[in-house]
Amino acid sequence: MIVEFKKEDKVLIFKLTEDVDQHTSEKIRRKMDNEIKRYIPRKVIFDFSNISFMDSAGIGMVLGRYKLAQMLDGELEIINVNRAMKKIFDMSGVSRIINIVEEEKNEGVI
Amino acid sequence: MKGLYDNEMKLEFISKTNNEAFARITVAAFVSQLDPTIDELSDIKTAVSEAVTNSIIHGYEDEEGIIRVSAKLFGNSVEIEISDNGKGIGNIEEARKPLYTSKPNLERSGMGFTIMESFMDDVKIESALGLGTKITMRKQIGGEKQEEEMDVREA
Ligand SMILES: Nc1ncnc2c1ncn2[C@@H]1O[C@H](COP(=O)(O)OP(=O)(O)O)[C@@H](O)[C@H]1O
Ligand SMILES: [Mg+2]
Repeated sequence: MIVEFKKEDKVLIFKLTEDVDQHTSEKIRRKMDNEIKRYIPRKVIFDFSNISFMDSAGIGMVLGRYKLAQMLDGELEIINVNRAMKKIFDMSGVSRIINIVEEEKNEGVI
Repeated sequence: MKGLYDNEMKLEFISKTNNEAFARITVAAFVSQLDPTIDELSDIKTAVSEAVTNSIIHGYEDEEGIIRVSAKLFGNSVEIEISDNGKGIGNIEEARKPLYTSKPNLERSGMGFTIMESFMDDVKIESALGLGTKITMRKQIGGEKQEEEMDVREA
């Protein structure tokens, strides 16, 4: 995971680098919580552009960090999710409370 | 008409979460013989990951046990079976409800069965307390492609 903190606007960006399942989510969560508590960001961004797989472990991962960010008066946004991830976030109701931006599609327009 | 496939594979591994990726990637590689779309393959990977994770964290909890995964190809369908000899499910109706989880402390969301049911064509849950759980899932490959073709014809 690549962590970037933009000081000027207090935005903390987590760029995921491994697929999210029960195994990987435990250590990702721990790392994210430490960073959020350290920077107290105004906004947390989850960037999924570098990974292609997430199962339902991603729901808890996102919701848990959302609660923490909110407790510290911050907001959370998810960017660059693929179709399968979007489906999981829609089904679980995550999309109703968190702003999700889908990845840009480069599919042929023939 | 497409030629008939008939192929089968079996995997056995111990209940460690680092085997989740191994299991879903192996099943996906096997199913690739049916020439699935990226979306179909991704649905299968997700469903396998959910069932395998359940066997590890709910079936065996902190104990070590064996998980068995098999995949069978029939024509253009795949049938995947994932089983454990763990603690079993007391109330299957309750377990398959969206958002039901017995482990909220692990930040589980209770969406595993809902995802399996929505990503696969058919999901069967068999379980007995103290004996274990077997999940059997089926999916037809090429379903979406056929639908798209039909849309074109209708248009
Ligand atoms: N293989 C299994 N062995 C024992 N219990 C299981 C198994 N699979 C599922 N369960 C039970 O069903 C519940 C719902 O499973 P699921 O929908 O995947 O949600 P989650 O895994 O997030 O709890 C689990 O919380 C657990 O109580
Ligand atoms: Mg589950």
